[in-house]
Amino acid sequence: MITKSNGHLPEKSATQLPKCPTGIQGLDEITGGGLPRGRPTLVCGGAGCGKTLLAAEFLVRGAVQFDEPGVLMAFEETVKELTANVASLGFDLGGLARRKMIVIDYVHVERSEVQASGDYDLEGLFVRLGYAIDSIGAKRVVLDTLEVLFASLPNEAILRSELRRLFRWLKDKGVTAVITAERGRESLTRHGLEEYVSDCVILLDHRVNDQIATRHLRVVKYRGAMHGTNEFPFLIGEEGISVLPITSLSLNHKVSDERIATGIPRLDAMLGGKGFFRGSSILLTGTSGTGKTIVAANFAQAAARRGERVLYFSFEESPDQIIRNMHSIGLRLAPLVKRGLLRFHSARPSLYGLEMHLATMFREINTFKPHVVIIDPITSLMDSGTDSEGKGMVTRLIDHLKGGQVTSLFTSLTQGGHAPQQSESAMSSLMDAWVLLQDFEGNGERNRVLYVLKARGMAHSNQIREFLISDRGIDVVDAYIGVSGVLTGSARVAQGALEKAAVLAGQQEAAQLQREVERKRGALDRKINSLRADHKMEAMELRRIAEQVGTSTLMLTTERTASGILRQADAKSVVHPRARPRMEKENK
Amino acid sequence: MKAKTEKIPATVKPRPAAKPWQLRLYVVDETPKSVTALANLKRFCESHLKGLYRITVIDLLKQPQLAKGDQILAIPTVVRRLPKPMRTIIGNLSHLENLLVGLDLNRAA
Repeated sequence: MITKSNGHLPEKSATQLPKCPTGIQGLDEITGGGLPRGRPTLVCGGAGCGKTLLAAEFLVRGAVQFDEPGVLMAFEETVKELTANVASLGFDLGGLARRKMIVIDYVHVERSEVQASGDYDLEGLFVRLGYAIDSIGAKRVVLDTLEVLFASLPNEAILRSELRRLFRWLKDKGVTAVITAERGRESLTRHGLEEYVSDCVILLDHRVNDQIATRHLRVVKYRGAMHGTNEFPFLIGEEGISVLPITSLSLNHKVSDERIATGIPRLDAMLGGKGFFRGSSILLTGTSGTGKTIVAANFAQAAARRGERVLYFSFEESPDQIIRNMHSIGLRLAPLVKRGLLRFHSARPSLYGLEMHLATMFREINTFKPHVVIIDPITSLMDSGTDSEGKGMVTRLIDHLKGGQVTSLFTSLTQGGHAPQQSESAMSSLMDAWVLLQDFEGNGERNRVLYVLKARGMAHSNQIREFLISDRGIDVVDAYIGVSGVLTGSARVAQGALEKAAVLAGQQEAAQLQREVERKRGALDRKINSLRADHKMEAMELRRIAEQVGTSTLMLTTERTASGILRQADAKSVVHPRARPRMEKENK
Repeated sequence: MKAKTEKIPATVKPRPAAKPWQLRLYVVDETPKSVTALANLKRFCESHLKGLYRITVIDLLKQPQLAKGDQILAIPTVVRRLPKPMRTIIGNLSHLENLLVGLDLNRAA
């Protein structure tokens, strides 16, 4: 590390190479800001790679976006041809030339018309270039394709030394130059121009894989600067060249804590009760007919009903077909489309290559600015490229979407019988959440189940749920999980009925018992009551007898007294009445 | 160096009916190469085309805009404007045989 003293400041600026932004989508990201300013850059590649277009775009964007006039020295195409060729990309070379932002100089050298006699140099080219540069104060220069000179001028030794001088001269002029060259068989360029242009070399390539052609761009060399070294696919679209890792080089998306509902309450419940994170990427895999599109459409409807914009990329069905099919399960998407909240984009995967799809999708995303993007299914799209390309594409797409905090849902068709985890493992690592839909076959029927395989950053249910589709939409219910395995559909219903019957029987038994107890208790009460009544009766009898005895004694005494009086009884009989009452008392 | 026209006196005209050759010599500044080229060209014309030629020397340092018209890249370049068709010879013209081929002298006859 360089010490931090002030004296070293100029050194720091010297290490930081000044860059000249190309304005070409993606290229500036790869090169960390553009081409080396004031230095020549070599762009090489085979025929039809887009060298001339890249160079022309560099000039046009320079003139239009960065106010840097440019000179295009064409050795292969005439001004008219060039203007016509780049007009298809929306570049108005003619207009720019009229506004003195661009000078096009067509250099025509025909070997058959030129006879060499003795020593020569290329001072004429220097003069022409110098004149063109000075006439508009150009900052950028394109030489396309300088190597034509090797074919049209004799004496290669002179040519080489002159080219070396030319590049030196361009540097001295302080212009940022792009020199295009044909790809050589063994070397980067056919005539070894890379020897002279040592600051920055960009290699373009056009390969065909499985009948699909893809263009690639690689920064082979960039002296004094960090740059992406990978091969990046690029394409030539309606708005010029776009190199596709638009934000792929970094992993620093902002994240949101906001959760968004899936439109299926029970699924939300499985995801901690609140649904997915906003801006997360969700993978929905399943074999065919497991209801991937339905879940996706539900998600779309829920988002659109919240007032969010939803972009639905369909690679299997037409928009009308999706709307009709979803209507049959109670999803009404047509009004949402009408209100501009839901937009469909349908295209056959085989329509064009992966990059073109990606570019189209980027364009749609950038114009519609959706909150939610659904890609249904990602697998058929990935089939139009090789595995690594497909993964690269998904990475770029996710990066792009995450950068804009767009929630993305990808459905993925897995082959029946294969282990889904394996075939999807490449993609799954890119995804924040993964919901799996599966078929269960048994009892002569086929039932769908759903489970959350992963959901980064949230508590989620580990349970398998049965997933029912009816004309009222989706319902997720608990699947029966018991000793005999997972029961779904009619088996689950039967099991449910069985359980219900068992419960009912239990209840009935309990009630029976209750009644019995009640009855016994009643009997007991009755017994107690009758005993009590008996006792009462006996007591009353006793009292009655006692009273009778008392009365009779009294009567006896009275009678005796009366008879005594009548009979004038002796003293003996006087004693008896006294003794008797005492005895009565003891009896009581 | 100024753009100058070397006009040869018409006294030594072998064929008065023939149109004179129009030759343009493009140079950049008065470099040894351009001086040699002009001398060689003059010598050649004097010996083969006496009285039948006109040489225009164009210094691109002064008139850079003229380089485009005749598609000049290499210096020095001689362009035979007349007779048609146009022919271009590059180099300091030290190689006489090539110059002969290049200018296609048979036409002069």
